Amino acid sequence: MKRLFPILSAITAALLAYALYQALVVAPTDAQQGDVYRIIYYHVPSAWTAFLLFFINFIASIQYLASGKDSSRRAAKWIVIAVGVLGVVVTFLPQVKAQLVSTGMRPSAMATTVLCIPAFYFLVGWLFPGDRLDVLALTTAEVGVVFCTIVLVTGPIWAKPVWGIWWAPGDIRLTSTLVLWLIYVSYLILRRFSNSAQTQMLAAALAVFGALDVPLVYFSIWFFRTQHPQPVIGGGGSMDPRMLHTLLISWMAFLCFAFLVCWSRFRLELLHREVEAVHAMKSLVGKDRVPVGTSLPLSRRPQ
Amino acid sequence: MTTTTNALKFLYAAYIATWAIHAFYISTLVRRFSRLRRELKESGKPAL
Repeated sequence: MKRLFPILSAITAALLAYALYQALVVAPTDAQQGDVYRIIYYHVPSAWTAFLLFFINFIASIQYLASGKDSSRRAAKWIVIAVGVLGVVVTFLPQVKAQLVSTGMRPSAMATTVLCIPAFYFLVGWLFPGDRLDVLALTTAEVGVVFCTIVLVTGPIWAKPVWGIWWAPGDIRLTSTLVLWLIYVSYLILRRFSNSAQTQMLAAALAVFGALDVPLVYFSIWFFRTQHPQPVIGGGGSMDPRMLHTLLISWMAFLCFAFLVCWSRFRLELLHREVEAVHAMKSLVGKDRVPVGTSLPLSRRPQ
Repeated sequence: MTTTTNALKFLYAAYIATWAIHAFYISTLVRRFSRLRRELKESGKPAL
């Protein structure tokens, strides 16, 4: 594992450099916006990465909430399977299918997205057993907030030369993204400053509600009239293949980068918990005046 | 639509802002790592 991190870092650095070269040199200039459209290669991959991280946070939070009892774990497992199956069936109902096609979405893409819920649920539960689910939830929320911050910063920088304004007040895509960011910032504040024993449970519940905003952000441009442009992929929009290639390369580079940052943050949290445990042990020893490793039962320890 | 030179400023501003945010966040991670490692060392337990 110690060797894997530098190797992945080198691959990520190379990918990021290649993505930057593609974005600034290879990708053609947009006929309407000129070169400023190239912000898309940082803005959109950051948004997709943030959504993915919040989705993993959602899955980890549900797993953590359900992990208290065997019955709730079983119930959650069957609910997730039912959501996956029902989602696919509903997507291919004639009325829903026609509605999706009319808004520019592909039913197969929608069904695949829905199937990701049970797939991620079981994968996350298998890879992160017990308390590590909570560590994963915290990690993905924090890194997700960083990527969401980039979306909220690069968006207005792009909007100013194109729309003539920094922010479109009342626009549902922009407002829901800001609300999403605020929800996860409040999640992190709760995790940082609350000392209650219930903090992890409360934070998990908040994360589940926060994640409900992600589909609203994502689908808002399909269902509402907004200042924000329509999607260029899967929404009936068209994009030059070279631009699409660059966008996907950039996303891959950002995904690798996010993975490395999450890995570091995960290890940091484990280290933090270890230090907390050592401090707790020390304060316990100091209180009872019993050295570490003593085998005296509590009743016979000096008062 | 703004002029090309002016638009390029916005493009570079967006790219620089992105990496500035990442650099800031990574620096906070590094600081927290070194602080925790120091605390763990002081407590006499080997770091991870």
